[in-house]
Amino acid sequence: MEEYLKLFVASAITNNMVLTQFLGLCIFFGVSKNLNASIGMGMAVTSVMTISTLLAWAVYNYVLHPLGLEVLMLITFVVLIAGLVQLLEMVIKKHAPALYNMWGIYLVLIATNCVVIAVPITNAESHNGFMTSFVLAIGSGVGFALALILMASLREKLQYADVPKSLEGLGISFILAGMLALSFFGFSGMITL
Amino acid sequence: MKNLWDIFYKGLFDQNPIFRLALSLCPALAVTSNVYNALAMGLSVMFVITANNVVVSIFRKWVNPKVRVPVYITSIATIVTVLILTLQAYLPDIYKELYLYLNLIVVFAIILARAEVFAAKNPVFLSFLDGLGMGAGFAGAMVFIAIVRELLGNGTLMGIQVFGASYDPALIMILPPGGFIIIGLMIASFNLIGQHQDKLKAAKQGSDA
Repeated sequence: MEEYLKLFVASAITNNMVLTQFLGLCIFFGVSKNLNASIGMGMAVTSVMTISTLLAWAVYNYVLHPLGLEVLMLITFVVLIAGLVQLLEMVIKKHAPALYNMWGIYLVLIATNCVVIAVPITNAESHNGFMTSFVLAIGSGVGFALALILMASLREKLQYADVPKSLEGLGISFILAGMLALSFFGFSGMITL
Repeated sequence: MKNLWDIFYKGLFDQNPIFRLALSLCPALAVTSNVYNALAMGLSVMFVITANNVVVSIFRKWVNPKVRVPVYITSIATIVTVLILTLQAYLPDIYKELYLYLNLIVVFAIILARAEVFAAKNPVFLSFLDGLGMGAGFAGAMVFIAIVRELLGNGTLMGIQVFGASYDPALIMILPPGGFIIIGLMIASFNLIGQHQDKLKAAKQGSDA
């Protein structure tokens, strides 16, 4: 149990997807202009990441690995995740329209995104077991959501700041992300994976 | 001839994938802590984007627009798999170092964007040039970022000491936070240059009129 807790904290904070491994930057900078959108996106990424990691784990360990088809891993995962997202979108649209209205559009955006596909690949590469894969997925998702929400709150404040014209938009956002990464770096000695 | 050159050239500066379009930023930060890795990653992306443009362009008349995105993604995934297997066989060191990010080439927005915007509508040779130009712009930007980061953060270039032993390296530049800050400053300087050029152009038009 302790081992899993450690893994969770490590993947959420010290090995944060966005701020130390630079995954999912497109979403990170695209969505973080707005706090509500960030919360929706964080939830969407966490849930899609968890479901797709479990599915990919099963496909890799019960189909690809026994048949010796590891070469097809990348193609399989991409198609699997894109298909899963489409399916989720349809199911949510039909059965939970309120939820769909809230963060349905974010689902489509993450169909082929590096942050979602990185976790299944990492799991397959290091031959992680079921529980480890599961905890890694949830931890990474929560870490992503955390970074996104923090960044959105900071950027909302930034709107009132007087920024030089050439730094406006992406420039200042990157520098802000650098500061955020620096503060996450402070945790780095705490737990190592 | 001018037209062909323009197709190639636009990817280098005007529509530079990293600095201008801000697409596919993940590798721009993740593997630019030294020049060698950045060059390897840049060339890999250049290969994938060019090959994919050619494939998409060859099949453009047979692909139904409704299923085009899955077709493009499958094509990209196949090319990336070929690339990874090749690197694994001939350059195992690079493969080990860049493993995760090589796999992630499959979801780079810039590759899908070029297939969709250019290769799906243009003949093979033009698509090839477009891919080459965009890829070169990407690789160039990666190497440029890596040179700055390695020089400041480690005092070396491709592992060779440049500033001498007395230089005290600013370690933060090769760590993740430094990557963000450097790219932020670089995007700002690109904007500054762009604004300056626009101003010159406006002034020129004003004097012509």
